[in-house]
Amino acid sequence: MSATEFRHHRIPPEAEAQRAPVREFLAEALRQRTPLQRAESWMGFDADFSRELGRRGWLGMALPKPYGGHEAGAFARYVVIEELLAAGAPVGAHWIADRQSGPLILRYGTDAQRAKYLPGICSGECFFSIGMSEPGSGSDLASIRTRAVRQSDGTWLINGQKVWTTHAQRNHFMIALIRTGDKEQARHAGMSQFIIDLKAPGVTVRPIRDMSGAEHFNEVFFDNLVLTDADMVGAEGQGWEQVTAELAFERSGPERFLSSIALLHTMIDVIGRAPDALQAREIGRLTARLFTLRQMSLAVTAELAAGGNPSWAASCVKDMGTGFEQELPELAQALLEVAPSVAGGSAHAQVLAALMQAAPSFSLRGGTREILRGIIARGLGLR
Amino acid sequence: MRDEFESAISRLLAEQVTPELLRECELGAAEKRWPAALWAAVQASGFHLAAAPEAQGGAGASWADLFAVVRAAGRFNLPLPLPEALLANALLGHCGLAAIDAPISLAGAGELRLADGRVSGVLFDVPWGREVPQVVAVVSGVAGVAGAAGARPCLVLLNARSAQCEPKLNVAGEPRDDLRFDGVTPLAVAPLPAGTPADVLLLGGAMLRGAQIAGAMQAVLEQTTRYATERVQFGKPIGNFQSIQHAIAVLAEHCGAASVAAECAFAEFALADTTDANAGRTALATATLPIAAAKICSAEAASVAAQVAHAVHGAIGFTHEHALQQSTRRLWSWRSEFGNLTHWSQRLGQAVCAGGSAALWPSLTAGQIALPASQQQSS
Repeated sequence: MSATEFRHHRIPPEAEAQRAPVREFLAEALRQRTPLQRAESWMGFDADFSRELGRRGWLGMALPKPYGGHEAGAFARYVVIEELLAAGAPVGAHWIADRQSGPLILRYGTDAQRAKYLPGICSGECFFSIGMSEPGSGSDLASIRTRAVRQSDGTWLINGQKVWTTHAQRNHFMIALIRTGDKEQARHAGMSQFIIDLKAPGVTVRPIRDMSGAEHFNEVFFDNLVLTDADMVGAEGQGWEQVTAELAFERSGPERFLSSIALLHTMIDVIGRAPDALQAREIGRLTARLFTLRQMSLAVTAELAAGGNPSWAASCVKDMGTGFEQELPELAQALLEVAPSVAGGSAHAQVLAALMQAAPSFSLRGGTREILRGIIARGLGLR
Repeated sequence: MRDEFESAISRLLAEQVTPELLRECELGAAEKRWPAALWAAVQASGFHLAAAPEAQGGAGASWADLFAVVRAAGRFNLPLPLPEALLANALLGHCGLAAIDAPISLAGAGELRLADGRVSGVLFDVPWGREVPQVVAVVSGVAGVAGAAGARPCLVLLNARSAQCEPKLNVAGEPRDDLRFDGVTPLAVAPLPAGTPADVLLLGGAMLRGAQIAGAMQAVLEQTTRYATERVQFGKPIGNFQSIQHAIAVLAEHCGAASVAAECAFAEFALADTTDANAGRTALATATLPIAAAKICSAEAASVAAQVAHAVHGAIGFTHEHALQQSTRRLWSWRSEFGNLTHWSQRLGQAVCAGGSAALWPSLTAGQIALPASQQQSS
């Protein structure tokens, strides 16, 4: 995939066939869900709902059948997850596991690790967090200091801290990027990934309240946590390469442009069937961008399914997608005389307040705008 | 076929569309502004006929494959109405008329009447209207057409030389002429097949410009990236500066968006009755959302691309001698042609609001939405 090429891919009919049953299920299952609840999107945590999706075969869709997956392919999975997002389903519990932990364990894990974790991921009973950021390492991920030291008995002793770990207070496991080698080596060497049981002794999870008052992310402390080689995913020292591959999954999916669709819905509701000229123009422009972002995301999905690592293209999707989502509350302000409201007020006022406050995080989590543009520039040969 | 088409047309255009030729087309003597030798080469390639059905003298090529041809026309600044000829011949064939193996153009907008077998009125902004012998247009509401009940839109093939021509040029110096007809007999008339909207040429033209913009953006991105690695200031290539890298990254994002949006529009566009079994509608009617999205996003992308490219190139990119302006002036022209960002955004926005929020997502995934009628007069 060259840096100028996003190739259009139509969703194959057999994958498209997944859409109607999912849509039908969601219409019934989410009937009572308010617009504000729908606006939580992939931050909404509901373990029962995740288990129900697993029961219906809508998790681990691209994973192999021996591990509880469905081998339905990347596009069938795409259809299911975009329907979940568009409907505002509470998918946060299983989201990371289904999106990247499962594929990572399948690709780099041992047979034992696959057998241990993948069935739970597919059944919606085993939830994962991402362990990358640290207090001193945000965009500069390679500067992480959480360290694993090999003990004389062959075990690893982990000390350090992760931060901004979404749903760590509720999830079962974290896949953490940890320093296992010396920093004197090449900048990206000496890091490895471990699967950590978040309930294990030596792990402390402390929620951090965000500016809206919600508790999604956490700080996670490792205090003489003991791990073994069986907990390491992939090869020792290969953590950076693995994380890079993982990030292409993390950055190209539909959650990068559909997580605020609840606000587009309430805007359309308030505008009504006969928009004025400016409203029509802006709703049309937003619809066009949404349509095109979806085509871009599908192009990257096809490339990922073909075994490529289109990290620059995934970065394009995330940068444009989050830009789109951040413009939504701004346009809602400009087009409608409805003030945002955190208590009381209309559904639109509440959704606007929630997403206005969530929007700054869109271009931070999963890689800042600046990091993404640096990756794209590298894809263009400028770095 | 897409890749074969792309390499064939790219080889031809890279070789023949030289800076000298482009300069002559724009600034040369009047009789040299139509590059006859280049048209002959294009005609020999057969691409102008490719979209017409085989029974009508074409090759029956798919629009999905022809996307690469139209994008290449944009990338190499082809100063000829090849994209227009592709669409004109496809529509002629769709209406049961023979494709034209000669230069031909079309009108996306106009005020045309057909009465007693004679055509009067004006066609607006006809690409190369002064140069082409023939032009196709749609006349809406024609009564008493053989084989058609009631009043319905008809395709007319007109002798462009029988029109009074008001010459105009777009920003890139490409002819966009108004043609006024006064009681002329059309070369051919045929009703548009059922399901083909009266603004088919506006829709199709918007689709073409979307792909051409995507091609011009490829050229702009290539030139800008190369220049940033060659131009040295403060002792290093300016592409080493993060601010320049990030600006070009944004250009690349829009390049990707414009290209995939245009390709999607082509892939969903089909004049023939490739009826979608699920929806029971002809493909043309269903391509309105992809085409509107492509024209809107490419118009936005064109603005960003021209701005970033000129900022990176500095004063040298502002000269007529530098190749950059060949692409950027086309971007500034094409984004406005066959409906600008506001035209398509408003129609799309009206359709979305009319459907209500519950219909938005199903429309997006089906790639279908019924647009309200164009405020512009269809030709």
